[in-house]
Amino acid sequence: MENFSPYSAMAGGALIGISVTLLLLFTGRIAGISGIMNGVFNAAKSDIIWRLLFLAGLILGAFIFQLLLPNFNTPRQNYPILLLGTGGFLVGFGARMANGCISGHGICGIANLSIRSIVATILFMTAGMATVYIVRHVLVLSA
Amino acid sequence: MKHNTITLICGILFGIGLSLSQMINPNKVLNFLDITGAWDPSLIFVMLGALPVAMISFKAILKRPAPILANQFQLAGKLSVNTSLILGASIFGIGWGMSGYCPGPAVTGLGLLSFESVVMVVSIYLGFFVYNRIFEKK
Repeated sequence: MENFSPYSAMAGGALIGISVTLLLLFTGRIAGISGIMNGVFNAAKSDIIWRLLFLAGLILGAFIFQLLLPNFNTPRQNYPILLLGTGGFLVGFGARMANGCISGHGICGIANLSIRSIVATILFMTAGMATVYIVRHVLVLSA
Repeated sequence: MKHNTITLICGILFGIGLSLSQMINPNKVLNFLDITGAWDPSLIFVMLGALPVAMISFKAILKRPAPILANQFQLAGKLSVNTSLILGASIFGIGWGMSGYCPGPAVTGLGLLSFESVVMVVSIYLGFFVYNRIFEKK
């Protein structure tokens, strides 16, 4: 548990809570990132700009943070690319099928006391834990 | 214009939140999911930080007749727990455990010029595309 970082995690979480609050208060939108991403290519034309701006904000936020604290997050190197790409495909496919990801269900949905979102979040975590167990300790595909 | 500025600011705050909490660090995510190995429970505190803020504010905000800069709230419909939710969330979790990324951190990681983020964003969109092709009625 040498990397245990509850305070920065909680402070980051509070910022995310403030972000979803402001978005709902001002625009009436739920900050579900998979839905925002999917709509970039599927929504009506008038509905696309805000999606691109929100996604650009995410990238800009990380960029600013990295300028201020360059050693806080370093990109991972040498992870098996097949594992990464297959994982990404399943994340995209599953998020569409479940109609949301960790931001939409895990934060906004649970905050709205949605039973669906609570069930989805429990499944995200249990399936994720089972998968990491298999990848790391059974197949030993990554450290 | 105001609408666009607020949306951009919300994105930036969210991106900083994901960076500060290290949700954009895929090893941190995998260590969080690795309960039988080098378990690092830090990321549960992201939810513990976000949920109290969002729960209290959503309750107050949704009492309003409308948001400040739009005509109505756009919330998810009241669906029940169904097969696609259970199957979809499980598939998502498998992909999350394989990669260490969910959609927010995948996009946000582009701000670190991370090659993995590019692979993730492309493959997530591929997953969207295949799902939409099979299941979305046009």
